[in-house]
Amino acid sequence: MEKFDVIVVGAGAAGNAASYTLAKAGLSVLQIERGESPGTKNVQGAILYADALEKIIPDFRASAPLERHVAEQRMWLMDEDQACTGMTYRDARFSQEPYNRYTIIRARFDRWFSDQVRAAGALVVCETTVTELLRDATGKVTGVRTEREHGDIYADCVVLADGANALLGSRAGLRPEIKTADMALAVKEVLFLPKETIDARFNLNGNQGVVIEIAGNITHGMVGTGFLYTNKDSISVGIGCMLSDMKRQTLTPYQLLEGLKRHPTVRPLLDGAEMKEYSAHLIPEGGYKTLPKLYGDGWLIVGDSAGFVNAVHREGSNLAMTTGRMAAESLIALRAAGKPFVAAQLADYKRRLDDSFVMEDLKKYEDVPDFLSAQSHFLNVYPRFLGNAAKEFLTVDGVSKRAKQQKIMAELRSKRSLLGLLGDAYRFWRAFR
Amino acid sequence: MNAVHEFVPPAVNVEEKLFQNRYRVDAGRPHIKVNNPALCLTCALKPCTVCCPAGCWRAEEGGGIDLVVDGCLECGTCRLVCDAGNVDWNYPRGGFGVLFKFG
Ligand SMILES: Cc1cc2nc3c(=O)[nH]c(=O)nc-3n(C[C@H](O)[C@H](O)[C@H](O)COP(=O)(O)OP(=O)(O)OC[C@H]3O[C@@H](n4cnc5c(N)ncnc54)[C@H](O)[C@@H]3O)c2cc1C
Ligand code: SF4
Ligand code: SF4
Repeated sequence: MEKFDVIVVGAGAAGNAASYTLAKAGLSVLQIERGESPGTKNVQGAILYADALEKIIPDFRASAPLERHVAEQRMWLMDEDQACTGMTYRDARFSQEPYNRYTIIRARFDRWFSDQVRAAGALVVCETTVTELLRDATGKVTGVRTEREHGDIYADCVVLADGANALLGSRAGLRPEIKTADMALAVKEVLFLPKETIDARFNLNGNQGVVIEIAGNITHGMVGTGFLYTNKDSISVGIGCMLSDMKRQTLTPYQLLEGLKRHPTVRPLLDGAEMKEYSAHLIPEGGYKTLPKLYGDGWLIVGDSAGFVNAVHREGSNLAMTTGRMAAESLIALRAAGKPFVAAQLADYKRRLDDSFVMEDLKKYEDVPDFLSAQSHFLNVYPRFLGNAAKEFLTVDGVSKRAKQQKIMAELRSKRSLLGLLGDAYRFWRAFR
Repeated sequence: MNAVHEFVPPAVNVEEKLFQNRYRVDAGRPHIKVNNPALCLTCALKPCTVCCPAGCWRAEEGGGIDLVVDGCLECGTCRLVCDAGNVDWNYPRGGFGVLFKFG
């Protein structure tokens, strides 16, 4: 019977961080991935936050496939198909080496990360789907069952890094089933253009890149956001909404995406581009309140499969890498101390997370998901209002500015009562402070 | 302030989009099935047909469901949006299904 110190299920951001860290420390690691090669099942915007990876592979910049470093960030509030109001942040201080964030292409990045995992000494097996967890009479997780013949494999600990659907943990009863109110569906296209065209359209030099985050009526009343990121010679465009909203209306995800691509603000940026891939993926956005139990006898859960996503800041892959690394560090410390991988000892993983930015950040925004679903007019009334207000104010037509201001205020008041406006300001501050 | 403006949902051919993707189809072994087709007849909103990003779920005349998973993006949405729990959902066998080039 083959037995490993640790089996890691999944070769995404979390699984790779865990496997790399464990193998580097000399533990015997089997990592199982269902894709033909790591990355072929994974979708991200994608922004890579350097810090999380740097803590695992300090010199990653020398070999990782990075697209552009983020030199400019824009926030756009868009209506369905006419107006866009926005903010641009470009700062020479932000745009200095070593850069803080990059755009990446996940399929390429994951393959690179997996090469580092193998080089560190882990056994990586692809094209193999784990179908269930093996447990002993006490309920302790003892290994995994795969669909292959003689496919049972054993380990002292199984790290669940199987991503957003979290099937293994849910089906084993280790975590509750996911609710549609806590899950967003995002669809995305990658569109190719020559590098020079992208540089000119977005005002970029060298490896500078732009990321644009988009909110407003573009999601047609649903809680959600869009994005547009520049890669070297391609552009990633996507949009995502909460499943609980999506299932109550009639627009398909591809209609939403098409709406974004055809918006007069976006369309010229994509003109002439060749679409080479259309993808979709879930994002667990429930936040702190939906985190499940993170460990038990013989198992730990990391990354998206536990719901480690900070939706407000669009952080997921960095939390996946950090939770994967911390799970590994716990196992390494326990092994060094000769302690067993049982719940009482694995609680160490949770303590490490509690002491880190991961839990602090998630706690800070714990009310945001509820806030957004209850106060969806933030995403619907105000963006449209801003567009209309800007139009009114910037149209020179002989009407006095004072009269224009009155008209703008009247429109706002017709949509929200004064009390409603004050309440909105307060609730907004409470949720995000 | 503005004349009332109606948004017209764009007509989109999702097959054209999926055509750009790479797949290794596990012929004859669909990884998603409907548990009880009769239950779909009584499902008014049929959220699977709206929410599936690959258009795999189509409402048939007569209220039934036609499911073809060849273009599936393996997102898991259909499993979660079906309140009746009528979707038997698994990942494809290792190596099969969608193969993202970029992701
Ligand atoms: C459209 C979109 C945009 C995003 N943008 C950003 C962004 O800009 N920045 C950011 O930081 N985050 C972003 N995220 C979130 C980020 O992608 C995730 O948080 C991150 O990928 C989670 O990593 P993970 O390792 O937990 O899961 P995944 O990367 O999903 O990896 C899970 C792995 O497990 C494998 N697997 C699953 N089940 C099994 C099984 N039974 N057997 C074997 N293998 C299995 C899968 O094939 C996969 O390789 C975005 C997400 C989406 C969908
Ligand atoms: S949502 Fe469920 S019950 Fe309704 S049509 Fe789809 S599969 Fe059938
Ligand atoms: S998993 Fe996603 S893409 Fe596949 S059939 Fe279900 S909803 Fe459609």
